[in-house]
Amino acid sequence: MPVTVEIPKEKWAGKVREITLGATPEQGGTRTRTVTVGGETTLPFLHFEGSIPHPPAIALEVTSRPPEDWPGLLREVWGEVALDPAQWAQAVEVRGADLVLLTLNLEDTPDQARQVVRQVLAATGLPLLVFGPGQADKDNELLVAVAEDAKGERLVLGTCEDKNYRTIVAAALAHGHLVNARSPMDVNLAKQLNILIHDMGLPMDRLIMDPTTGALGYGLEYGYSVMERLRLAALAGDAMTQQPMLVSPNEEVWKAKEAKVAEGVPAAWGNLAERAVTWETMTAAALIQAGADIVTVRHPETVRRVRVLVSRLMEA
Amino acid sequence: MALTGLQIYKLLPQTNCKECGFPTCLAFAMKLAAKQAELSACPTVSEEAKAQLEAASAPPIRLITVSGDGHRIEVGNETVLFRHEKTFYHPPGLFVRVRDTQPPDEVRRMAAQVEGYSVDYVGTALSLDGVAVEAASGEAGRFAEAVAAVRAETRRPLILMSRDAAILEAGLTKVSGSVPLLYAADGANWQAMAALAKRAKLPLACHAIGLAALANLVEQVKGTGVEDLVLDPGPRDFTSSLAALTQIRRLAVKKNFRLLGYPVITFPGESATDVVEEGLLASQHAGKYAGFIVLDRFSPELAYALLVLRQNIYTDPQKPIQVQPGIYEINSPTPESPVLVTTNFSITYFAVANEVAGAGRPAWLLIVDAEGMSVLTAWAAGKFDAARIAKAVQTSSLAEKVNHRRLVIPGYVAVLSGELEEALPGWEVLVGPREAIDLPGFLKLRW
Ligand code: B12
Ligand code: SF4
Repeated sequence: MPVTVEIPKEKWAGKVREITLGATPEQGGTRTRTVTVGGETTLPFLHFEGSIPHPPAIALEVTSRPPEDWPGLLREVWGEVALDPAQWAQAVEVRGADLVLLTLNLEDTPDQARQVVRQVLAATGLPLLVFGPGQADKDNELLVAVAEDAKGERLVLGTCEDKNYRTIVAAALAHGHLVNARSPMDVNLAKQLNILIHDMGLPMDRLIMDPTTGALGYGLEYGYSVMERLRLAALAGDAMTQQPMLVSPNEEVWKAKEAKVAEGVPAAWGNLAERAVTWETMTAAALIQAGADIVTVRHPETVRRVRVLVSRLMEA
Repeated sequence: MALTGLQIYKLLPQTNCKECGFPTCLAFAMKLAAKQAELSACPTVSEEAKAQLEAASAPPIRLITVSGDGHRIEVGNETVLFRHEKTFYHPPGLFVRVRDTQPPDEVRRMAAQVEGYSVDYVGTALSLDGVAVEAASGEAGRFAEAVAAVRAETRRPLILMSRDAAILEAGLTKVSGSVPLLYAADGANWQAMAALAKRAKLPLACHAIGLAALANLVEQVKGTGVEDLVLDPGPRDFTSSLAALTQIRRLAVKKNFRLLGYPVITFPGESATDVVEEGLLASQHAGKYAGFIVLDRFSPELAYALLVLRQNIYTDPQKPIQVQPGIYEINSPTPESPVLVTTNFSITYFAVANEVAGAGRPAWLLIVDAEGMSVLTAWAAGKFDAARIAKAVQTSSLAEKVNHRRLVIPGYVAVLSGELEEALPGWEVLVGPREAIDLPGFLKLRW
């Protein structure tokens, strides 16, 4: 043939760090399995150019108290088990999640937080992420207690932000855990928070970064592009952006009307149950294509669907 | 790739005859490089130089237009690999495929579905772009009937699919006045296909497995004088199509490789086992480089999500979508109606406006200039604070429109209420719910 085409391959200088969540008994924890993410040497799923050693991991959320503020659809699908975090965590494992995300409540006391983490650890062998209720002071109080109590489990403690990273990082450092470092959709802020945490002495293989996301239709594109930029920076060799990325469709999607409202919406929206799952799935899917290593979701059917995506994307 | 002024100068006659209106060829070349002049102003430039200059100024991915009556879609003309580098310009066309082997009723029903599907997203009506009709029967007559059936339901753009030029030609008799995309030329049929595309002046898709084979096919087809092309590099699964589409985009944009400088067509339904998998693959194609996406399965939920995703990805990252600040009337408000305050970020505005409008409640919506940011983003950036809101109230004609002095602010910025009351003497500030969905209930209770 007269024309030849040279396949354009980039030679990336950098690589995303590999991070292992959870610890087995030999490693000082109690997990029956661990989950490793990261390690990419190319852009998402470009197998022709580099290696993608680990599939993105999917976490399902469990709340320490019954999730009264969740939309009805979610409460129905989980039913009774949502009243008991331990049973719920077991159900999460049955539904095929790789990780359990346990979200603590503003009303929880440190003692209750310790208890619920213990119960969940006993109920499932999956690695665990424990996120505070999202108020800096309360997060510090609860997560410090949890970190101490679950020493050596390699939990992911979240969420560390610029205003409260010190306490949480110190707790992770002292008790063998990881942290999730969240910054508001900005490449430089993400990098800066990584540097601050690095400077406290936390080994970089215990730091996950969370650039924040919006739901499909509600700011998704901002997070999507920040993730693409962070991943490009990582591959270009910027050591302070080479952390695996976690993003949280669970927190964003279920605020959207598309995931909540059955009546009085246009017929073109289709039916609520299918629409809501589609919304969470499509949000997670877009973020995975942009470089997410961990996505946290709420609906079990989302896990099944995102698993389809992930397994297709891992076919080299 | 754009040429510099000096490179252009070398191609000009260099006689400084001033016919172009510039004192020298160099001055004219500089203007050309800055796109402030047209080459046609120089009467003496050689044909060869003209061809070179045109080729160099052509976009790396050719713009392709497909149209029906009153509907058209343009794809291509992209210049970057990542939206943050500039923006993506032309969202991929979303088509739904029917086959002439399906019962005629079903064909009509699917075409009608495409025609009728429309959702509002931040004030824009989003809809599907058209129908692909495939001659699965291999019979010209049946194909023509199916095309006619589709045309009777929708005037949107079409893609006509067959590997037999004679069959496509039969279909073409039913689409006069429109510009469908012909699919597809391949290694065996390209002469007949190219001849048809040339005669009918239509864009033509080229299908070959592998980029080298595809580039060669394109070269052959181009050699016959057909310029408007679309590429189908073959792979149907997730990772191979991601690889092929990425490689084509890189070759076109970074290497200026003309033979692959065309939009790509994808068929996510062909490897998918169900609508979920098809939707996931279509979403990949929407973000990563497709120009036309032909779906085999349709559900309203999936169509809605894909249309919004496409819109999000193709939003210009430099310009948040905004509405004009000012007072908006919802459901013919009266002087007693509530005043709701929010920002001029389109998503925010429509979230609030749609909720109130949908509940049938009259209200005045005061849109503050928050530089196109959402409530919390603007608040965090200092663009939606008590001073700005107070100024918006004072400089508007709100005080004449209402006979009360009460404002409702978004629940997420409850912290502003004290300061705002200080800044607006005589006004009472009510803290609304956090989410707009809860506004109608709130108004029922509190207003
Ligand atoms: C997308 C986004 C951005 C985009 C901007 C998008 C835009 N045009 O606004 C970008 C990336 C540019 C951005 C930047 C920043 N962001 Co930002 N961003 C977001 C994000 C993810 C989504 C915002 C969004 O679009 N929401 C959707 C819209 C529709 O929501 P909304 O406007 O709030 O409207 C809802 C309600 O408020 C209510 N409502 C609206 N109006 C009204 C009116 C009444 C009367 C009532 C009752 C209700 C109501 O109805 C709507 C739907 O329910 C949020 C996180 C989140 N999930 O909220 C962070 C967030 C808002 N950002 C945040 C921050 C800190 C920033 C930055 C300051 C970071 C930085 N230093 O760079 C900058 C500031 C901007 C700047 N300096 O340029 C923080 C704010 C934290 C805080 N509480 O102070 C958030 C919450 C993220 C976080 N958790 O840290 N951001
Ligand atoms: S018309 Fe052409 S040849 Fe004459 S000065 Fe202008 S560029 Fe030069």
